[in-house]
Parts: sequence; structure tokens; C-alpha cells
Amino acid sequence: MESVQIISMVCYVISAPLLGLLLAGADRIISARMQRRKGPPILQPYYDVRKLADKERPSAGGVQEFYVLCSLIFMVITGAVFFAGGDLMLAVFMLMLSTVLLLVAAFSSNSPYSQIGAERELYLTMAYEPMVLFTAIGFYVFSGSFRIIDIATGGSMPIVHLFGIFIGFVFILTIKLRKSPFDIGMSHHAHQELVKGISTEFSGKTLAMTEIIHWYENILLLGFIILFFCDGSILGYVIGLAVCISVYVFEILIDNSFARMKWQSALKSAWPVALVFGLGNIIVLFALEA
Amino acid sequence: MSNTSKSPWLIHYDGSSCNGCDIEVLACLTPLYDIERFGIINTGNPKHADIFLVTGSVNEKNAPVIRQIYEGMLEPKAVIAVGVCAASGGVFRRCYNVVGGIDRVIPVDVYVPGCAARPEAIIDGVVKGLEILEKKRDTVRASKNKISEVS
Amino acid sequence: MGTLKYHIRRGNTGCCDAMFLILFLILFPVFAAIIMLFMKSERQRSAAVTASVAVIMAVSVLLVIRYGGRGLVLFELGSDIISYSILLAEILLAAGLFCMGVRHKRYLASVLAVIQAVLVLSFEFGIGHGIHAANNLYIDGLSSIMVLIIGIAGSLIIIYAIGYMRDFQHHNPEKEDRRPQFFFLMFVFLSAMFGIVLSNNLTWMLFFWEVTTVCSFLLIGYTKTDEAVNSSFRALTMNLLGGIGFAFAIIIAGNDLGIAEMNRFLDAGLSGASVMLPAGLLVFAGMVKAAQMPFHSWLLGAMVAPTPISALLHSSTMVKAGVFMVIKLSPILGLNSAGMLAMLVGGTTFLLASMAAVSQSNAKRVLAYSTIANLGLIIACAGVGTEEAVWAAIMLTIFHAVTKSLLFLCVGTAEHHIGSRDIEDMDGLFSRMPKLAGMMIIGIAGMFLAPFGMLVAKWTAIASFVNAESIVLIVCVCFGSAVTVFYWGKWLGKMVAVMAGRENTEMTVHRQEWFAIGTFAHLVVALCILFPIMSEHILAPLIGNMFGSVSYMALPSANLYIMSAVMMLMILLPLVFFRGKKVRTGQIYMGGVGTGDNLTFIGSADTEVNISFRNWYMKEWFGEKRAGNTGAVIAASVTVCLLTCSLLVWGGIV
Repeated sequence: MESVQIISMVCYVISAPLLGLLLAGADRIISARMQRRKGPPILQPYYDVRKLADKERPSAGGVQEFYVLCSLIFMVITGAVFFAGGDLMLAVFMLMLSTVLLLVAAFSSNSPYSQIGAERELYLTMAYEPMVLFTAIGFYVFSGSFRIIDIATGGSMPIVHLFGIFIGFVFILTIKLRKSPFDIGMSHHAHQELVKGISTEFSGKTLAMTEIIHWYENILLLGFIILFFCDGSILGYVIGLAVCISVYVFEILIDNSFARMKWQSALKSAWPVALVFGLGNIIVLFALEA
Repeated sequence: MSNTSKSPWLIHYDGSSCNGCDIEVLACLTPLYDIERFGIINTGNPKHADIFLVTGSVNEKNAPVIRQIYEGMLEPKAVIAVGVCAASGGVFRRCYNVVGGIDRVIPVDVYVPGCAARPEAIIDGVVKGLEILEKKRDTVRASKNKISEVS
Repeated sequence: MGTLKYHIRRGNTGCCDAMFLILFLILFPVFAAIIMLFMKSERQRSAAVTASVAVIMAVSVLLVIRYGGRGLVLFELGSDIISYSILLAEILLAAGLFCMGVRHKRYLASVLAVIQAVLVLSFEFGIGHGIHAANNLYIDGLSSIMVLIIGIAGSLIIIYAIGYMRDFQHHNPEKEDRRPQFFFLMFVFLSAMFGIVLSNNLTWMLFFWEVTTVCSFLLIGYTKTDEAVNSSFRALTMNLLGGIGFAFAIIIAGNDLGIAEMNRFLDAGLSGASVMLPAGLLVFAGMVKAAQMPFHSWLLGAMVAPTPISALLHSSTMVKAGVFMVIKLSPILGLNSAGMLAMLVGGTTFLLASMAAVSQSNAKRVLAYSTIANLGLIIACAGVGTEEAVWAAIMLTIFHAVTKSLLFLCVGTAEHHIGSRDIEDMDGLFSRMPKLAGMMIIGIAGMFLAPFGMLVAKWTAIASFVNAESIVLIVCVCFGSAVTVFYWGKWLGKMVAVMAGRENTEMTVHRQEWFAIGTFAHLVVALCILFPIMSEHILAPLIGNMFGSVSYMALPSANLYIMSAVMMLMILLPLVFFRGKKVRTGQIYMGGVGTGDNLTFIGSADTEVNISFRNWYMKEWFGEKRAGNTGAVIAASVTVCLLTCSLLVWGGIV
């Protein structure tokens, strides 16, 4: 492993929570502005997490705390693999492990609200997983390697060849970021019919860890977006970063302008999108190669 | 000001009332008052909440519900009784099923007067509640330290 | 690929003690089986069973240690006496099946049995008479792996069966005690399995193949209920059909090429001889045995049998004979009609069987569908026929055998203690049978989560499908994997739920059951930790031998080591976290109306209402009928088309 890779990995592990925190703060402010409110300070997510950590230990939930901790650890490892330029598939599968562990934590409480939330989240996983796999496959077909370092330093911008996959990925990003209309498993906003879905039974430190998982995850997901623009030059990263920001603002806009849809619509829209944009793009790539 | 008072999360429960105070509570969320400015979030879940905001009076049926929600919250926590009914039972006080104010069931930290309580008054009450949260947080910290010393 | 030559050590160097070990493995179980028939007392029987499987396990390990790493080693063992006695046994089997069919008025099975016997006889006394098969037995890397699977997984399951069948008899006192026959068949089955993977002579292989069919038929019908008899005849009919395909393949190969040995058949295929029709027929036979669509229904029916049978025959070993056959042929598969057959049917089966599994709540049916799906994936990989695809296929075979055995045994034990095999009834199993639930969690996670072998192998499978530019397989594997996550995830959710107020009921689980389940659970974990070493030192040379390349690594080994490290982390984390801690349960949120026991709440009119959580089955999308029928239609038309094509090409018409 080269020193650049190690530095990039360490940077992620240290700075992802910071960036994720700022992103979450910005998210809340932008959402508030879209609703003509002022919104909280940008460091609000930090205050929230600090406060949660200060709470008394819950009388229950040792098992939950364990699963959530594991989920956090594996999320950090996933990001570390990704930003060290490791294997894209490995990152995808580790991300899945982390997600499932969070669901396991929710299931383990045996609370009706968190169980339904977890089941719905599992369903959403089924909806977005094909597109995630298509994304990894698309990068592989494009660059001939699953290694992110090879993709990132390939010399030409993946987005040119992977535009369809980019669109598909942005679509499922709405689900992964838990934005409306697909936030049926757990919502960031006020209360809903599932109380707080997956995180209903998490409290204090456990809930604080869940927040940190989201920070890490959001930065990792935006890393995927940047990867579409990496061509080995600084310009690529700059463009990638700019697109990242606009994609995120776009997702917030979607979040604020859509009501929740019925659960059926997640699968009914995500799978066709994966087939048309994901697979379609891969077929085009094969055709171009041949 | 510590992080605890920068991020008070609420849970709102409505007992026997005319719903006037509830509407005023929800008005606090609107762009005009925007309590999220202070990091306040209206959660629907006692396990996440720091402040228990109760409107309306206690009756025989909702007393155990109020008690359960209160018990589900983790320390440090504060209870704010919003409106006259929550303070004393208000106009419902003499009803056959009404027990009285919230303090008949759980300890109340702040009473917000009014019928219905105005949003400004509610926000003011929450800010009062924050001071109490701060104090309780110190107690929780102390006891946490004690536990870790013992073990 | 046509120019590649096999790296083999030619037969004559295979020493006689290896041949002795192989013959021992094939014959000793038969001997043990006969002893079982005379063991009437339970204590004697369990001692005899334990001793016999210990011998089998030891000998299979010994054989593999000594000869597993040597590439292809062939053994000359041929005499007319053996050939004729096999023939005689085959005719007797056919006659027996004929009578059974007539007695139960299942004439189709009788007819098929007769057709097959006629085919075999006409071969033996016709074309086959002139063909000299020099090397009838062999061992190579792939068959060593199979020997280990049969010897270790098979033995453990039989040990488990001692305890299980005691409970089974106890739960069904009205049934006649036929345990001697049960163990007889289990051991005969082991013998036949060893025969399949160690015979080089195709007619011998067919004979053992048929013996497994018959064992499966008799064991499915073990309980003699109407349902069991129906299922057993369905399995028999379908597998006889596969056997007929096998017999035709032998006849055609004998007629066209003058070959009756597997290794020479593969050599002929690699050197460019036209073998597509026999290869296609062999793939067909393998697919029927591996319960691929449209023949998947027999495996579902087979779930009526007692659980050890499901675990041994219908998940970890017998159906693996089918995929073994296809993997064996993989060097000559690829973008040809036989390869396409394996790829398309395997891929379709993986996708649609996974979907059907979503709609099931019966644990054994979920396991059955998952088995069908995974076998489909293995067969698709073998059909692709590249080094990395075959690497994935073999890895999947190994991990599937171990993990699925674990799951079957767990479900079997749970069934006897909670009185149901429905996943919905496994509510709070974590609190009722913590140890068993823990093992089950390992098994479930082993089927679809990251550091476990199944997933790593699937990862390679995806890579190989992309490299082969097979759009259909990419679609099947991506959507199939997504569905797989869903149906395992929701079961996992049931398993991990900690429920208050449940009594521990796992004290009465038999010693043998714990032994087998525990060993499997440890194997699953240990194999994942050893994954990189296994890949480097066992699979790489094996694939090298099969394909004539020097050595092959499917995944960069760094990734494998990361996975292995993650696995160790997963073991370490709970140990560190829970050290000296007591797990407490508190109140869950129930909208403020809980009664305090976490199981009930106060509903309207002051009544106590139980909370219960049901899984999500999405029958309208993933219904069994819908998925099954679609898959059957697609797979059947693919099979018919491709076999017809091969037939036309063979006949010189096209």
C-alpha cells in the first residue's frame, strides 16, 4: 500500500465524522430555509450527540449497544477500505454487513415499532441492492479492476461512460440517505407512524453511535459520487466535490418536496431504474468494448 | 451552557384538554417561531426525549400512560406542564374522571400558565426547563462517576 | 482452451494402498449398513453408528491427506466379475423399482426404470462390450473435496440422527420403529456417494448415481404417509429421467468416441472432439439431481422426510453429486450448448428460487429453496467454465455444504423442542434456546453476510459473470442476491429478538445433536478464517490441475485476508464487549399502554392484547407458484431448445 492510500484512509477515519457532522448540520439548515425557517446552528448535530452521550445508561439494551457498536466499527472499516483505494466489491459487502448489524440491533429489542422499521429497511435494502451491485460492476467493466485506486487513477472520467449508472446511483441515494419519499424505515423528521422506526429503542449512547454511523455512511456514499469524476487529476476531484454538493442539495430538495410514498413504490421504482439505467449502461459498455 | 441545554428534545403528550394548548405547541414549530433554532426537536419517542411537555389534565385513563412515558425517559429529564389544565385540571378539574394537574402523577418542573398558553410562553417555559436539565445533568454525571469509581 | 493438456500423474503410479483406501470407503459403509439391520437395541445401535462413522471420517481424511494434493491419480481395477456384479445389482435395482411402481400404481416410474435398465444392458452387451476401460477409479482435487464433504459432513449428520431419530420416534409413537432400515439406507447412501466421486468409469458412476436415487426415494417415503409416498415417487420419477439422460450420454460417448472413462471423455472434449451432446446430457443429469428448475419440485417434496435426511441427502451431499458432475465437466463447458444450458438454467433457478423463498414461512422450505438457488448459482458458475468461475463454484459447494447442514440440524432440533418448523413460531427462540439460536444465527449469517465464505464466493461468481460478459447471469445474480438478503435478513431478525419471560427449554437436546451442531458451527467459522489459506494452497493448485494453468488466484489475496481478519474481529468483539456484563432487559416503548411484561399492552375496553410480530412474505410478488411456474417454463424451454440443438448438430442435420 502506498503512503497516499494510507493518508487518505486515516483522513477518512478522522475527518469523516467531522465532515459528516457539518453535512448533517447543513442539511438541517438548508431544509429549514426551504421551509422558510431559520434552522439550528450548523454544529447542532454535534450538540445532539454530546448530549446523548451525557444521558444516563439505559436500564436495558446491552445487546443493542453491542450490535450498534459493531455496526459502527464495520462502517468505519468499510470507509477505510474505500478511501484506501481498496476493493469496491469488498466495500459494498462490508457496507451491507454494517447495515444488517444495525437492523439486527433493532430486531433484537423485540419492540413492535423498531421491528417493523427494521423489516421495512430490509425491504429497502432489497430495493437498492441491485443498483449498488450494478454500480460496482459498471466501474469494473469501465476500468477493468475492482480496485478503487485503479479506478480513481484511470486517466479518464468514469462519468462519461457511466452516466446511466450515475443516474441510477443518485436515485438509490435517496433511499440510502433515508430521504422522503423512501424514508419508510426510519425518518429524520418529527414523529411518524413508526415512532422512530429502527432507532425507536435506541437511547443515550446507542443513539449517539447511530448518529455517528450516519455521518460516516453519508461521507462514504458521497465518496461513491466523487469516484464517478476521478480521472487522476485535481480537476476531477474538484468537479466531483462540486457535483457531490449539488447532488446532496438535490436530495434535500427531493426530501422536502415529496411526501412519503407507499412502500410498494420503492421496489417498483428502484428495480426498473436499476434495470434501465444500471444494466442498460453495462450493456452499452459491453457493446462499446466489442 | 452545556450541550444538554443546546439540544433539548421534546415529547409532547396531550391529556384531557380542549386541544388549544396543543395547537399552540405545534405553532412553535412553524416558521414564525421556529423552535428548531434552539436545537429543539419534537420527537415522538420518550426514549429519545429530554423534556416531557404535557398539555391538558390527568384523568383516570391517561394517568398510567403519562407515568409510563415519564419512566421511559432517561435522566436528565424535565417535565413542563403547559396551560392551566396541566397545572391544576383547569375547567375540567371537577369532572368525574379527572384527577387534576400533571403533578398528581409525576413530578413537574415548570408550569406554563395560560388558557391557551401562548407560544412565547411555551418557549419561555422550555428555556426554564433547560436550567433544570443542566442541574440534573450534573447529578447524573456525579452518579456516573461514582458508579465507575465503585466498579 | 482446446490445446490445454491435463497435468496428471498417470495411473500406474497410484499405489495399492490408495486403492485399498478408496475401496474401503466404498465398501465399508455397505458393511456397516448391513450391521445396522441387525441392531435392534438402541444402545448397541448408537455405539455401532458412532464407531462406523468415526472410521469413515478417519479414512476419508487419511485418503485426502495422502492423495488429495497429487493431481489426478488413476487406478486400474477392472475385472469382469466386478462389472457383471454391478450390472446384476443394477438390474435388481431396476426390477425392485419396477415392482414398487406397480404396487403403488405409479407406472411412469416403472416404465422409466425399465427404460434405463434396457439402455444400460444394451450398452453393456452392445457398444460397451468392445470398450476397454482401463482406469475405473481415480482421485483428484475435486473428488478429494467431495470425499471430505461426504466423510465429515455426512458422518456428523448421521451422528446427529442418532439423537434426532430417538426424539422422532418419541414424537410419533404410532409409527412403526424402522430405524434399522433408516440407518441402513444412510450408510448405503454414503457408500454410493463415495462411489460417485471416486469412479472414473462412467457406467460405475451411473450405478452409484442410481443407488443414491433409490436411497433418496426410500428415505423420502420413510414415514409412509400419503404425502411422503407422493413426494418420494415424484423424486424417483424425476431422478430416473436424469438417469436416462446419463445413460444416453454413456451410449453416445461410447458409440462416437469409444470412451467409457470420465478423464478420457474430458480429454477428448478439450482436444476438440465433438462431445456436446453427451456433455449436454450429463449436465442435464446433474441438473436434475441438483433439483434445478423445472425439476425443483422433487426437492421441496423431499422436505417431508425427517430432518437428518433433508440435511444429508437434500442439501449437503446428494444434490452436490449433481453439481459435482457439472463442475467436473466445467473445463469443456463455456460458450457452447452444454455450457449455455448450465448457465441459463442455473441462473434462472438462482433468481426465481430465491424469490420463491421470500414467500415461505416453513423453515425447511426456505432452506430447500435456498438450496435450490445456491445449487443454481454453482451450476451457472460451472457452466461459465473459466478458472475463476470454477473457483467460485467449488468454494460455494464447500461452504454451502457446511452452512446448510448446520441450518438443517438447527431447524430439526428446534422443531422437536418448540413443536413447529414454522419461522413464525420461532419467536423468542433466542430466549428459549439461546445456544441453539446462537448457532442458527451463525448459519444464517453464513449464508449471506460479509466475512462468511458464501458471500466471498458469490463475489467471485459476480466477477466471473462480468468477465464472461453474460448479461443474463449478471441480472440473475444481482437481483437474486438482493432478494437473498431480504429472506435471510427477516429470518435473522426473528432469531435475534430477545423476548422477556421465556423459559429455557434446551436442556433436553441430545448429546449427539449438540456435538454435530457445535462442530458444524465451528467449521463454518473456522473455514472462513482459513479461507485465504484454503484458496491459496488447496483451490489454486486444484484449478490449475483442472485447467492446465500453473496456478490460479481468483481474488487478490489481500481481500481474502481482510475478510479473514473481519471474521476474527467478529469473534473477538462479543468476547470483549460482554466480558463480565449481564444482559438486562428493560421496558420497551408501547405507546404508554404496555402492561410491563413487554409482551402485552392494554387495548380498547381494557383488554390485554398480545403483541406479535409477523414476517413479511409479499406473496403477491414473490409467490411460490408464480416464481416456480415462471422458472419452470423458462428453464424447461431452455433445456429443450439447447438439447435439441445439440441433437441436431450431433445428427449432422445442422
